[in-house]
Amino acid sequence: MAKSKSRMSQEVNAGSMADIAFLLLIFFLVTTTIASDKGILNVLPPKLDPNNPPPEIDKNERNIFTILVNANDDLLVEGEYRETADGLDEEIKMFVLNFAAPDEDAQALFNSLPASLRAQAKRDPESSDHPGEAVVSIKTNRGTSYEKFLEVFDLAKKAYFDIYAERVNLDTDEYRTLTGKDEAEEALIDRGKEGIPMAISIAEPDKIGS
Amino acid sequence: MAKFKKKTKTSESIPTSALPDIIFMLLFFFMVTTVLREQEILVEQKIPQATQLQKLQKKTLISYIYIGKPKNTALYGSEPRVQANDALMNTTDIIQWVNRERDALPEADRGMITISMKVDKDVKMGPISDVQTELREADARRVLYASVGKVVRN
Repeated sequence: MAKSKSRMSQEVNAGSMADIAFLLLIFFLVTTTIASDKGILNVLPPKLDPNNPPPEIDKNERNIFTILVNANDDLLVEGEYRETADGLDEEIKMFVLNFAAPDEDAQALFNSLPASLRAQAKRDPESSDHPGEAVVSIKTNRGTSYEKFLEVFDLAKKAYFDIYAERVNLDTDEYRTLTGKDEAEEALIDRGKEGIPMAISIAEPDKIGS
Repeated sequence: MAKFKKKTKTSESIPTSALPDIIFMLLFFFMVTTVLREQEILVEQKIPQATQLQKLQKKTLISYIYIGKPKNTALYGSEPRVQANDALMNTTDIIQWVNRERDALPEADRGMITISMKVDKDVKMGPISDVQTELREADARRVLYASVGKVVRN
């Protein structure tokens, strides 16, 4: 009797331990959500000071690219009605790179651009004078859905990022992931932005029809 | 022939006793790296999609604000509400909340506070604009519209 016992394996069978641990692992994998801090960055204008009203800015109509979105999520782009926002990024890009009436600095900027971007300058007198003057204005209604607003805002951002990225010879995605964590990256970001400010103005939504 | 006999004597089973340790190491890795949600979200959150996503470098500078239709409509109504930390609040309380969040940051970083707005798809621009007006008032002007990546189809 004793002999037969001692012949049995003294080890505890640990093979199924791995299965138990796997179950735990899968449970954690499924239940946890990795917090994502991705999003579209926007800087709001400073608050209004009643004693110090913002200066009246006389901008030519041609230098403003107006996008209106109404409560039904319809768009009015530069006075033209449309239902979807598709293709808006290309139009904004053309608007920004129009160079109808560049001053001295803008001409220097124009000459510094790569040929692929220079080729996009239409020099349409009805469009923006130069990138320093160009403003994209997005105006919504209180009834506009957030999703539509974000889509339009996203496209406006895309237009600018496309230009920046093309200037420094990068992919748009590559440019956007630059965070400026070291000097080389920061220099690259600045080189893309130089002279072409990202001028996206978000007007206060109006209350009509909400 | 003798050689063959010797070979067959060696144990054929792979020692699996170390396998649980390896799996446990994986398990601990995931347990440590994942952040458990410390607050209950009281509003609906269907985050919209976008393409031009950017990541912020310093996570500590971000404060979260949730906007959406309350999940418990019987208690809070069906109009979009604002949630910060773990309670719903009125838009008028946002300034106070921002100031509290800002005071929790180290002094050098206070100007760089970023509000991540996690807004439900179905919310209209009205409430969002009200929140943004309050944020401007509180001088927390860096806003991140939280969104998830969209798969671009060509």
